[in-house]
Amino acid sequence: MKHNFNYVDGPPADCQYWPGYRRRTNLQTPGKDKVMTRYILRRLIAMPFLVRGIVTPSFLLTSVTKGDPLTAIVSDRQLNNPEVVAAAKAKWGLDRSLPERYVIYVGNLLTGDMGTSFITRRPVAQDVLYRLPATMELVIAAMAVGATIGISLGVLAAYFRNTVIDHAARVFALFGSSIPVFWLGLALLYVFSVQWGILPGPGRLAARATPPPMVTGFMTIDTLLAGDFRQFLDAVWHLILPAFVLGWAVAGTISRLVRANMLEVLSRDFILTARAKGAGEFRVVIRHALRNTLVPTLTVIGYSFAYLLTGAVLTETIFSWPGMGSYAVDAARGLDFPAIIGVTIVGGVIFLVTNLLTDIAYVVANPRVRLE
Amino acid sequence: MSAHPPLFEVRDLRVAFGPGGILGEAVRGISLHVDHGEVLGIVGESGSGKSVGMLAALGLHPEGATVSGSVRFKGRELVGLPRRELRALRGSRIAMIFQDPLSSLNPVMTVGDQIAEAVRLHNRDLSRKAALDRARDLLALVAIPQPDRRLRQYPHEFSGGMRQRVMIAMAVANDPDLLIADEPTTALDVTVQAQIMEVLADLKARLKIGLILITHDLGVLAGHADRVAVVYAGQVVEQAGVDDLFARPGHPYTRGLIASIPDMTRMDDRLFSIEGTPPALGRLPQGCAFHPRCTVAQEICRHRAPQTVQSGSHAAACHFAFQTARGAA
Amino acid sequence: MTTAPALRMIRPRWLTLPLILGLLLVLFWLLATVAAPVMTAHDPLDMVGRRLQPPSWDHLLGTDALGRDVFSRTLHGARHSIPIAVAVVILAVAIGATLGALAGFLGGFADTVIMRLVDVTLSFPPMLLAMAVAASLGPGLWNAAIAMVIVWWPVYARLMRAQVLEVREREHVEAAIASGATQTRVLTRHILPLCWTPVLISATMDLGQVILLAASLSFIGLGATPPTPEWGSMISDGAAQFYSWWVALGPGLAILTIVLGFNFIGDGLHDYFDPRSR
Repeated sequence: MKHNFNYVDGPPADCQYWPGYRRRTNLQTPGKDKVMTRYILRRLIAMPFLVRGIVTPSFLLTSVTKGDPLTAIVSDRQLNNPEVVAAAKAKWGLDRSLPERYVIYVGNLLTGDMGTSFITRRPVAQDVLYRLPATMELVIAAMAVGATIGISLGVLAAYFRNTVIDHAARVFALFGSSIPVFWLGLALLYVFSVQWGILPGPGRLAARATPPPMVTGFMTIDTLLAGDFRQFLDAVWHLILPAFVLGWAVAGTISRLVRANMLEVLSRDFILTARAKGAGEFRVVIRHALRNTLVPTLTVIGYSFAYLLTGAVLTETIFSWPGMGSYAVDAARGLDFPAIIGVTIVGGVIFLVTNLLTDIAYVVANPRVRLE
Repeated sequence: MSAHPPLFEVRDLRVAFGPGGILGEAVRGISLHVDHGEVLGIVGESGSGKSVGMLAALGLHPEGATVSGSVRFKGRELVGLPRRELRALRGSRIAMIFQDPLSSLNPVMTVGDQIAEAVRLHNRDLSRKAALDRARDLLALVAIPQPDRRLRQYPHEFSGGMRQRVMIAMAVANDPDLLIADEPTTALDVTVQAQIMEVLADLKARLKIGLILITHDLGVLAGHADRVAVVYAGQVVEQAGVDDLFARPGHPYTRGLIASIPDMTRMDDRLFSIEGTPPALGRLPQGCAFHPRCTVAQEICRHRAPQTVQSGSHAAACHFAFQTARGAA
Repeated sequence: MTTAPALRMIRPRWLTLPLILGLLLVLFWLLATVAAPVMTAHDPLDMVGRRLQPPSWDHLLGTDALGRDVFSRTLHGARHSIPIAVAVVILAVAIGATLGALAGFLGGFADTVIMRLVDVTLSFPPMLLAMAVAASLGPGLWNAAIAMVIVWWPVYARLMRAQVLEVREREHVEAAIASGATQTRVLTRHILPLCWTPVLISATMDLGQVILLAASLSFIGLGATPPTPEWGSMISDGAAQFYSWWVALGPGLAILTIVLGFNFIGDGLHDYFDPRSR
């Protein structure tokens, strides 16, 4: 069957353009992956400046403390010890001016020295590194819980718009963002652990258990690596309650966004096409609608990291979770300035990194954005 | 007219909106039919109920709409059919394509996957590879070059005309008996429109499908339809063979539509258009729905809804059907 | 939400049940802020009963570890939490909106500097930053308030700047400039009046979040000092008295209800201004 569709393939081969002309169809966009790599590189190059933006204010906080900058570096008890004072003065340049102290601080920072904690007497850097995985484990679990609850609620609320289900989902989500995390943790601990005994109490493992050798710092992974399956289950069991408490708060925000996005997507034409093809409702909602909302949802999940870090501080306190959050709390309570500053800097850097990863993920996941 | 039942028969279809139909009827008793290998054109202005009617016939009506009447496909009643059985028909025996191919295709799925989905939905045991092979053949069928490459691309990488061809390929994936095309060319350039209509005509001839062409443009139907139904305010006001319709339009509305087609040979005249606008949902005038805009309306038109007047295979619903109007263009 | 048909006829569309509930809750706590001494029988700071007594008719929410009445402490807590939250929000809006408006209006160097400051502040997880600042300043509710203002102002700066940037392009602004108005006049009389709404909505919704943050800081020990009946520190006491569950119940419910109230109001405001999302 001969068709006369003009130039479907582009102009015919004998068409004369200027020498060297390369026929461009819309199949050949200029290196789509190149655009993405350039974007990523740009963001990475900007990182050091942003990190400096974190370090400088953190450093300045030490100069805000009333009185002698010495108190920010040396604890009260040590102030009487002339040796310690002298060592501190030498190392941190306490006699010098503020800008000079700043340079020295940054210099020390680059070698990984964030000072020594008053409370633990160990280098802050070491403390933080040791405690970071615990927080990461909690936050990741909470994000998983929060995302699951949030997305499910959002999808249900959108599909059953303006029915009882929708309203119930909204109220549930609203409650999640209104309850103070620390109180919820206490309440649930009381109900589930003390009264009903279904879930374990605070801590990452049972009270008298010997933890496995620390490989990653993630209790769940380490127990598996050590081959101790029962302890693995114990670790998971201990993770449930704190992850839920922390995750419920972000579930609310996520569900609201998912609902709004789903409502918009479900009203679009290709949903009608899918139904006209004979697709069942479940497939329409999950494979077609949800896939189109995934990208903005991903960004919200990524940015909710900030909230999770915030909430982690309090959750760790309640559940005696030995992570960065409880370390920060102890430091704040005990006016352990090197630790406070150290945690703030590390927290800020983590935050920056997650935001960067989220932005990159957004670009990668979105086929349209990729080609622009 | 053949002896056995028509491929697709609609009788007194009504679609009402709002709880208890309180908002009004968008479709007020439409009756039409299509035979195998026949092209029925449905023409009417936006809001006339033509699209809603066909969607409702397939069970694709929006929530809150009540559908009544009879829709028979190969003798089988569709209204009231359980959803699962309707779904089995949609995309396999009856297919539908829509107006805007850009928004009608899933932007985050490759074209190949979407066509393959249409195939696998009705052939559960087909492997993904086999479905993609079929998708490639379909793309070739609608004359899309380099189908292997195109399979892996996303809808926004296609031009408007090619996208509509993808939609057509998806629709005929399972060799349907009936294809409903809802304004398939409205969103496209004029030159591309002709190509798409050729593709549809080609497929109709090859696959022997019945085709329902919904449009607001009579000109499109002139060259491609066998029969035409004119819809106004939710009712069929005229039905005839296409040549007959143009030669002897029986209803003033049809005459107005024909007159509105721009005529290149008469460049000096102003373009004609029917005065007024179609009635809004639930706010129908008394008597004949068209009378406020009709150039030959009389007293009776204000009070009584017209009956359908038959003249051979040509039907029109007007008190003055087939009477040559004085003064109408 | 379904309501009786008669009620549906007289109430406007946006006045939903959650919104009404929210207003009632907030109103209750505002009343408590003002009239707590009148509403409660006992002094919140005195030992009025035996220690750690469960709820009874005398002490509706029991007594805490020092024999103080939990119910009156809860209600009096409003007198500390709410004014602080309002002060924080007002200050944050004042600073943030001003800087944001200047950044948006003046552009150029001022914009770059201000936005750099905003970005830096927003690079920190809010809680950690608040903790660090509060720890540096020392204990006390007002120091915590300062910390919260520092954490919160960038939000309003960004919001205001975006608004100003958008309104700046509108025609009546061009007209005002063409007719010779000074920069200040253009800004204050023509641009700003149109920019307030989103900031106001945001501020109302943030009141709840600020209360949460204040309670969190007090919970850690960085906010209120004993014996001030602040909700966060009361919950901290409750955590220490884990088995006397009533000690933490009062303040927890208090925070929950008032934040819920503000959230409902925020949701209602959202629906009022953008009903399409329903």
